[in-house]
Amino acid sequence: MADAAIQAEGLRKSFADVQALDGIDLSAPPGTILGLLGPNGAGKTTAVRILTTLLPPDEGSARVAGLDVVRDAAGLRSQIGLAGQYAAVDENLTGFENLEMVGRLYHLGRGPAGERSRELLERFSLTDAADRLAKTYSGGMRRRLDLAAALVARPPVLFLDEPTTGLDPVSRLQLWETIEARVAAGTTVLLTTQYLDEADRLADRIAVIDHGRVIAEGTPDELKSRVGGERLEVTLESYDHEHAAVDALAPLADERPKCEHGILVMPLHRGTGGIAEAVRRLDAANVGIADIAVRRPTLDDVFMVLTGHAAEEAEDEREEAAA
Amino acid sequence: MSSLAYAVSDTAVVAKRNLLRIPRQPDLWVSFTIQPIMFVLLFVYVFGGAISTPGYDDYVDFLMPGIIVQTMSFGGFVTAIGLSDDLRKGLIDRFRSLPMARSAVLAGRTLADVATNTVSLVVMIVVGLLVGFNFTSSPLEVAAGIGLLLLFGYAFSWAFAFVALVSNSAEGAQALGFMLIFPLTFASSAFVPPESMPSWLEAFAEANPFSTVVDATRALFVDAPAGNDVWAAVAWCVGLIAVFATLSVYRYRRAVST
Repeated sequence: MADAAIQAEGLRKSFADVQALDGIDLSAPPGTILGLLGPNGAGKTTAVRILTTLLPPDEGSARVAGLDVVRDAAGLRSQIGLAGQYAAVDENLTGFENLEMVGRLYHLGRGPAGERSRELLERFSLTDAADRLAKTYSGGMRRRLDLAAALVARPPVLFLDEPTTGLDPVSRLQLWETIEARVAAGTTVLLTTQYLDEADRLADRIAVIDHGRVIAEGTPDELKSRVGGERLEVTLESYDHEHAAVDALAPLADERPKCEHGILVMPLHRGTGGIAEAVRRLDAANVGIADIAVRRPTLDDVFMVLTGHAAEEAEDEREEAAA
Repeated sequence: MSSLAYAVSDTAVVAKRNLLRIPRQPDLWVSFTIQPIMFVLLFVYVFGGAISTPGYDDYVDFLMPGIIVQTMSFGGFVTAIGLSDDLRKGLIDRFRSLPMARSAVLAGRTLADVATNTVSLVVMIVVGLLVGFNFTSSPLEVAAGIGLLLLFGYAFSWAFAFVALVSNSAEGAQALGFMLIFPLTFASSAFVPPESMPSWLEAFAEANPFSTVVDATRALFVDAPAGNDVWAAVAWCVGLIAVFATLSVYRYRRAVST
């Protein structure tokens, strides 16, 4: 894809004796969100640092907005916005001063930089706090200010390195909505995250990274289908009905469903009437249902299958880091 | 705009940012006001009586130029702490991702630190006059001395910018800074005449650029015999700036925050 907004081929980078990136390829068409999913130390931040010209790759090449990250680094910087996981705002400046400074350093000019800052403060609900020092802001407000700083020059490509790490659920949702609005307006986003639900919600495509390699790539649905499709789970009111239940639902499945300890599990295919048809059949067979649900595999399942270790480990590390 | 014009305007934007921060960090004031005052009181009233300074009626006239030079060099810590902080908090990453001049973050930082050095310098001169120091040179010479001191402080800000960029933390930068600055300030002509030291140390003190700047300041403030000290001091400052500005900007391009 020559038109990709982000295109990386064979990126390698090592620090001392650690191979941070071991040859990764990435691609994101304009106006989409590419999610980099992986635990701490997987190489996500190193990839972002290379793509934002902060670090030269040892090997491989990358183009962002059509510009080479090494040869055209100076020109590229006016085309990108970066919001990092540490919320890089100056605590001893006010919200307005932070944004105005960034605008001036993007060379917007004094007047336009000020106007743009007020506009963003308004959009991020920070107008009331505009003239307060950023050190008085809550974590959510700092993240919003950090993201606003990345948007000052309306860059066509945004890099968001774990933008919601450590945020409360409400702030997280607000940030997601903001990111979605930017993408709807045509911005391309590369988002790193350890949160499976975040990648699931936001990303058009996901690259799962572990130990500096892309171990899987695809849409959230494609990744989920790798660990099997939807499953129907029925908890029966009585163990006595196990046989009747299996008989009733067998026509919906390729092979006879299994039923153990009063719980029947079977794959669910499209075009077989789904959960409604299953309920009708069980009802007709006089089988009492204590609980019935469609279980979709989560990215947690994907992660477990692909990496052989749970995403939980990474989450624990993150909580320690935040503590 | 040309790239030079951008470099100038970017530097001004960063300098403004650092100037805005100064009144908002009262804990930093301690290091560039209270601390030097305590040094003056310590040397004048505790050690002063035991130090003999041939050629000077009063130890305070010998001391003040030396201790002001030391204070200007300590101004470098403000630079180092500020830069380390920016590195640690990810601000340097943000700056490096922006289409701004590569020299502007450091140039803006060191320029703004001339302001804190100026405050220190005023405080020191006022305190000096209160404890009995007298200028015995012409106003023009005093003005030249003040200019030299600020130039020297500016040079040390660049040296400490480099120290901050090669250190892993603000604590590391401070430790490395103290290791460099202590022998330079105390094994010099700042507090005692080098002739009173053992001969090997006297040789070091005489060659120490710190002594050159101290002797030049004495020449400009209290009419001590100058020799070539003033021009040598200016040359040292310009040389330090040239070397450390080059090294620091080179290092900044590769700065990696942890």
